Amino acid sequence: MAVDKICGIETEYSIIHKGAEDQNPIWASSMLITSYVQDTEQGLENGIADSVVWDFQDESPANDARGFAPIGSLPPIVETHLVNAVLTNGARFYVDHAHPEMSTPECENAKEVARYDKSGEVILQEAMKSAKLLLPENEELIVYKDNSDGKGNSYGCHENYLMDRSTPFGDVIKHGIAHFITRQIYTGSGKIGSEVVGSDPDAIAYQITQRADFFEEEVGLETTLKRPIINTRDEPHSDSERYRRLHVICGDANMSEYATFLKVGTTCFVLAMIEDKFIDEEFLFAHSVQAMKEISYDLTLSRPIQRTNGKSITALEVQTYLCQRAKDYAEKGGLQYVGGDVGNRILEMWQEVLMGLESDVESLHTKIDWIAKKRLIDSFIDRHDLSYFDARTRYLAVQYHDLREEFSIFNKLGIESINDVSSIEDGVLNPPSGTRAYFRGKCLQKWPDEIISANWDSIVFKLDETTVRRIPVLDPIKGTKDDVENLITASETPHELIHSLGI
Amino acid sequence: MESQKYFDSEDESDSAKSLEDDAGIEKENSIDPSELSNDLDDLLDEIDQVLESNAEEFVKSYVQKGGQ
Repeated sequence: MAVDKICGIETEYSIIHKGAEDQNPIWASSMLITSYVQDTEQGLENGIADSVVWDFQDESPANDARGFAPIGSLPPIVETHLVNAVLTNGARFYVDHAHPEMSTPECENAKEVARYDKSGEVILQEAMKSAKLLLPENEELIVYKDNSDGKGNSYGCHENYLMDRSTPFGDVIKHGIAHFITRQIYTGSGKIGSEVVGSDPDAIAYQITQRADFFEEEVGLETTLKRPIINTRDEPHSDSERYRRLHVICGDANMSEYATFLKVGTTCFVLAMIEDKFIDEEFLFAHSVQAMKEISYDLTLSRPIQRTNGKSITALEVQTYLCQRAKDYAEKGGLQYVGGDVGNRILEMWQEVLMGLESDVESLHTKIDWIAKKRLIDSFIDRHDLSYFDARTRYLAVQYHDLREEFSIFNKLGIESINDVSSIEDGVLNPPSGTRAYFRGKCLQKWPDEIISANWDSIVFKLDETTVRRIPVLDPIKGTKDDVENLITASETPHELIHSLGI
Repeated sequence: MESQKYFDSEDESDSAKSLEDDAGIEKENSIDPSELSNDLDDLLDEIDQVLESNAEEFVKSYVQKGGQ
């Protein structure tokens, strides 16, 4: 049975150190985050308690949802020595591999995820400014929100969704693959060329997604090699008897907030329908991994994908079916699991985008990244009589993802937003109200010196010189504003808070 | 900033629109595609001003470590 679709996004940003002779991305990422955390001019108001560290106690990324780890699989390693910060908005800001990464707080619906994804960009902008103040005059750290450097190196934008543990994982695989490879037609951020190992990089002028080239398996545990469409990491960060956290690694990072909202919103619908066994059509593809790439390469959106039953279907047709099913599901009470009214908005936009893709792709140039970016690039190419592979064209394609406000081309394209500017700014410092992130963020705001560490499902308080107490928050939908605002306000100390909580 | 000023300047298409309105020409309640292309032209003008001349060097050096 469906559970509320608590969700979030984790984004690995690319980073360059402009003006430096040698590029050391681990140093640059650490510098970026440390600059933000230790910006003495702003202190705690910057949304961090710099004495609080991330608690790795409950990290277990090697657990496999299938209950076994296949021979030869390489689970990710937790890098505890790198910079890790917990922000007062409930987010985690840290160095992962050689990238700065932002994990949004747990959010109660897709609209909130879209908001905190944008608040995260504001934090990255502030971090770049803080770092610039500390670096020599001709140097700066520049952050881009993309998923590929165009040279075969990819880094992810992962989504996370709370799911009912009792849902058979086979159902998630079956219907999940159908959604993930076909939703690309509106979630893609666009890319020049191909990066499939062994292929001619210039064989594809422009494709819909940044990520499709890097997927090699249907199902698997890895995230850095042999990337799978369905990732089996089984690390719920909650009560593992009741919940699983589906870790989706195949999406693009979106500059367009509209696209982020749609990517997360439609996936919330599909996963809730899987839990309630509401999807009655099985789309099993003969070659899913290849189909994922073919869909990404087909700008006409008309390429038929071979199914195991001998028939074929287009990505647009699969999405049209899922959207229609989602409308039926909403009418039968499913809206409650995908954010109520937010669910209605998801449905409206889903329909609108599919109609646009069907009839006039260009009409979506203020909504969908790959379309907005292509229109910009095509105009540039026409004006200067260039090819897609000219260095200036490629440079423009990277600049689409530049997060610096003063150099942002994206901000000039009039892309539609979902949340207003003030709510995005509010999300820089304050947590969402509808999940346990509220408890984490508000405790960090009120008692930064009394908290030793925090992670997704617990906070460790220092009650006095000799007493340390871990407060578990295992249920993502507990610890909301409604649950704890009055308790936190009324408590002078963590000791009082713990007493009031009765634990 | 130079380029910002460029964007804040009045768009010629606005004056064109008001002339049409004055003449009583009925316009559909939708976005005029010519206005959109003017906007994009403005943006491309700006890009031409700010796009670094060493595009080749930038693209060559834009290399990231693989992540998740």
